[in-house]
Amino acid sequence: MAKTHVTMKVNGAEVEGLVEPRTLLVHFLRENLSLTGTHIGCETTHCGACTVDLDGMSVKSCTVFAVQAQGSEITTIEGVANADGSLSALQEGFRMMHGLQCGFCTPGMILRAQRLLQENPRPSEEEIRMGISGNICRCTGYQNIVKAIQYAADKINGVEFKEAAE
Amino acid sequence: MIPGPFSYHRPATVADAVKLLSTLGDDVRPLAGGHSLVPMMKLRLATPEHLVDLHGVPGLKGIVRDRDKIVIGAMTTQHELLASEEIAKSIPILHEAALLIADPQVRYRGTIGGNVANGDPGNDMPALMMTLGASYRLEGPDSSREVAAADYYQGAYFTAIEPGELLTAVSVPVPPAGHGYSYEKLKRKVGDYATAAAAVVLTMASGKVASCAIGLTNLHETPLLATDAAKTVIGTSLDAATLKKAVAAAEAIMSPAADARGPVEYRKHVGGVMVARALQRAASRAK
Repeated sequence: MAKTHVTMKVNGAEVEGLVEPRTLLVHFLRENLSLTGTHIGCETTHCGACTVDLDGMSVKSCTVFAVQAQGSEITTIEGVANADGSLSALQEGFRMMHGLQCGFCTPGMILRAQRLLQENPRPSEEEIRMGISGNICRCTGYQNIVKAIQYAADKINGVEFKEAAE
Repeated sequence: MIPGPFSYHRPATVADAVKLLSTLGDDVRPLAGGHSLVPMMKLRLATPEHLVDLHGVPGLKGIVRDRDKIVIGAMTTQHELLASEEIAKSIPILHEAALLIADPQVRYRGTIGGNVANGDPGNDMPALMMTLGASYRLEGPDSSREVAAADYYQGAYFTAIEPGELLTAVSVPVPPAGHGYSYEKLKRKVGDYATAAAAVVLTMASGKVASCAIGLTNLHETPLLATDAAKTVIGTSLDAATLKKAVAAAEAIMSPAADARGPVEYRKHVGGVMVARALQRAASRAK
């Protein structure tokens, strides 16, 4: 099958590659670009581990072909830290609130939460839970992921984070 | 999992898309959001030789009010539907239902055209479109036609669309001001297809139901209009006896498959519960 030349901007850098039309975006990111932070989980569009930001949308990169991302701007977990290398508010939130155990779902969770907070800077707990409903975590029971996102929202909004009583 | 090989086409106009669909042979599929088709391709349950990606066709996007109708371009995503003030104001049942479809990531990609076109009995929009009296625009190589949603679905994944035709837009008549609406969907978890779901759009006058339409999702190999159930409630105040009769009339036309969502008896039973809840909630919202 003839290969197609694709170019896109990933984490601010122009990248290119030759792909078959059937190459999934997640495979292009992981195998052509060696950006292995984006995980492959269920491969059936359920689990959200492969979530990346594509032109302002959270997408499951296992269900988009790389050729469809021609000319797009993509952010992966490798691109979310602050410019000086310090942790972003969300990364810090996941660390401080113990929002991960095995960590497999974390890149997808953080990319999804980042877009959620850009669309809704002050989400309620319910809105956070619905906002990450396309991302499955099998370790945490979500409680600490919700707290991590609340921590990040408060930090971005300049508010002191107070952990809700359990 | 990696899909089988295919050739990728990205037309820029509806005319070019239709030309590709009508000239590339039998094994060509349009690609909208891809969230039904791509997983099927990974499982090799679908092996198209050609994919015609519709993302490059700007003419397939958008939500436009045309007098008493709202015309929604086929490539309008569920996310865009949810962001539309026009939809929230004029056809709030679409907003309510779109929020119950899949999850946020899928809603950024999933389109209204894809949801209604492929005839998947689990999709939510088809029964809604039948309830609302909507129609679909089908563009073919030589002509175009408008097909009522109620005439479109022929069986699971079998529809009135002909090879070479593309569903380009959905026209939805705006329900009367003050109408009541409800989409009740029982599902096992976020992102699941309905175990059973019911759509109701009705109007009330002096405490009695003046008009009513009821649609059913995933309770038959096609979406259904529960016409007899709707007739049963007209002229009533939805008292308990009437509700019971309406539920029985709706259950009489249900023939769900037994699957992981439950045996036939269970799915019909909860289908009836969804009908009763949707009727009551729609009535409580009517002005």
